[in-house]
Amino acid sequence: MDFLFNLRWDIIWNYRELFLQGIWITIVLTVSGYIGGIILGVFLGLGKTSKKKWIYWPCKIYVDLFRGTPLLVQILIIHLALIPTIFGHSLGVMFSGIAALVLNSAAYNAEIFRAGIESIDKGQTEAARSLGLTQGQAMRKVILPQAFRRMVPPLGNEFIALLKDSSLVMVIAVNDILYAAKVVAGAYQKFWEPYLTAALLYLILTFVVTKIVAYVERRFSIDYNPRKNKGGRVAR
Amino acid sequence: MIKVENLHKTFGKLEVLKGINCEVTEKEVVCVIGPSGSGKSTFLRCINLLEEITDGAVYIGGAQVNDPKTNINDIRTEVGMVFQQFNLFPHMSVIDNVTMAPMLIRKMDKKSAEELALELLDKVGLREKADNFPQQLSGGQQQRVAIARALAMKPKVMLFDEPTSALDPEMVQEVLDVMKALAKEGMTMVVVTHEMGFAREVADRVIFMDGGYIVEEGLPSEIFANPKNDRTKAFLGKIL
Repeated sequence: MDFLFNLRWDIIWNYRELFLQGIWITIVLTVSGYIGGIILGVFLGLGKTSKKKWIYWPCKIYVDLFRGTPLLVQILIIHLALIPTIFGHSLGVMFSGIAALVLNSAAYNAEIFRAGIESIDKGQTEAARSLGLTQGQAMRKVILPQAFRRMVPPLGNEFIALLKDSSLVMVIAVNDILYAAKVVAGAYQKFWEPYLTAALLYLILTFVVTKIVAYVERRFSIDYNPRKNKGGRVAR
Repeated sequence: MIKVENLHKTFGKLEVLKGINCEVTEKEVVCVIGPSGSGKSTFLRCINLLEEITDGAVYIGGAQVNDPKTNINDIRTEVGMVFQQFNLFPHMSVIDNVTMAPMLIRKMDKKSAEELALELLDKVGLREKADNFPQQLSGGQQQRVAIARALAMKPKVMLFDEPTSALDPEMVQEVLDVMKALAKEGMTMVVVTHEMGFAREVADRVIFMDGGYIVEEGLPSEIFANPKNDRTKAFLGKIL
């Protein structure tokens, strides 16, 4: 256990700005990947509930492709092959990194949205349609408000998973937390200090996110607790 | 009001409706009875196109329901439907359940929609439950709210799909009473039901279905007192 007492935390302090920047980059990656992934995921998820084959199949193939291959491979293909082929040159590692996270998490979110929508009883759609609502109105007013409540917990898990998965973009040299650790490790040939620091930073971030997710869950995923709705109406 | 011509419905290879012809005139109350699997619910659901029609035609107020040129949403606003499982919207309060469609489709303002809703809730005896949520109500109360919700669109026809089958016995009567009052006001109604007492008392005409056909129809007094068809006799013999 001697090594524990010989750890040189001062080298981490020397590189504190690199780590701080890494934290910021990790947050940017995760948040933009998550938001983009939700927007794209909604459309993919709705597409996967469609009865029209020309909508259903492209969405299904997309989701299967991105869920069936490693994110690390996707990052490399997107950065080194896909983007240079489409644009003729790289758009920067940050762009590639965010793009990969958006495209990947969208596939997982699509399944969450699809399952959420399909979990709502068919009678709900029928009741709405029998009142004269269009398919779109029934979706917006009746199905999605109920489905969203059920989607909150899995979407929260997806956020935490994405936060940790974002470390994979280090492979294309995005300067996130893990990249900072790697730089320090390379410079000093010391491995405990930088990688433990990286692990600790991720742990703190996931802890904070878990708290946020738990709050959002309490707020939204409760099953129509009428006490939450007080103040809406008064005695008439 | 409703005209059904040679209606066929198949689910895959299973033919559920094998050529139904029938007409319902304005203010008429028609009860559809028959053993389970006879196609009576499917028949009802074809009227407002909740089931796609395989062959034949259904007309409501002159418009053909299953014509691709017909806007089915417009027709559905004129046809209220009440389901066996109530299907209230659990994320909305009782009054919001009732006001949603009139506000969204009839473009009613919130105030007049709520006035209308309270009036209808009063009618079904649930005005004081306006601010509750559906799962705080008993089954019978939920079904009465569902009736109010359908009435809020001021439909010309009401379809009832076994409205009391999912209810505890002691709650059946309160729902039937609301339906009875509705019939008395002159609402055109098609009711799929197992409540023979209701059919006998309220219906202008009873239709007996079996095996995808209308086997027999007539005045309730005739059907219940002397059924002509053997299958009708057998069915009524079992349940009366």
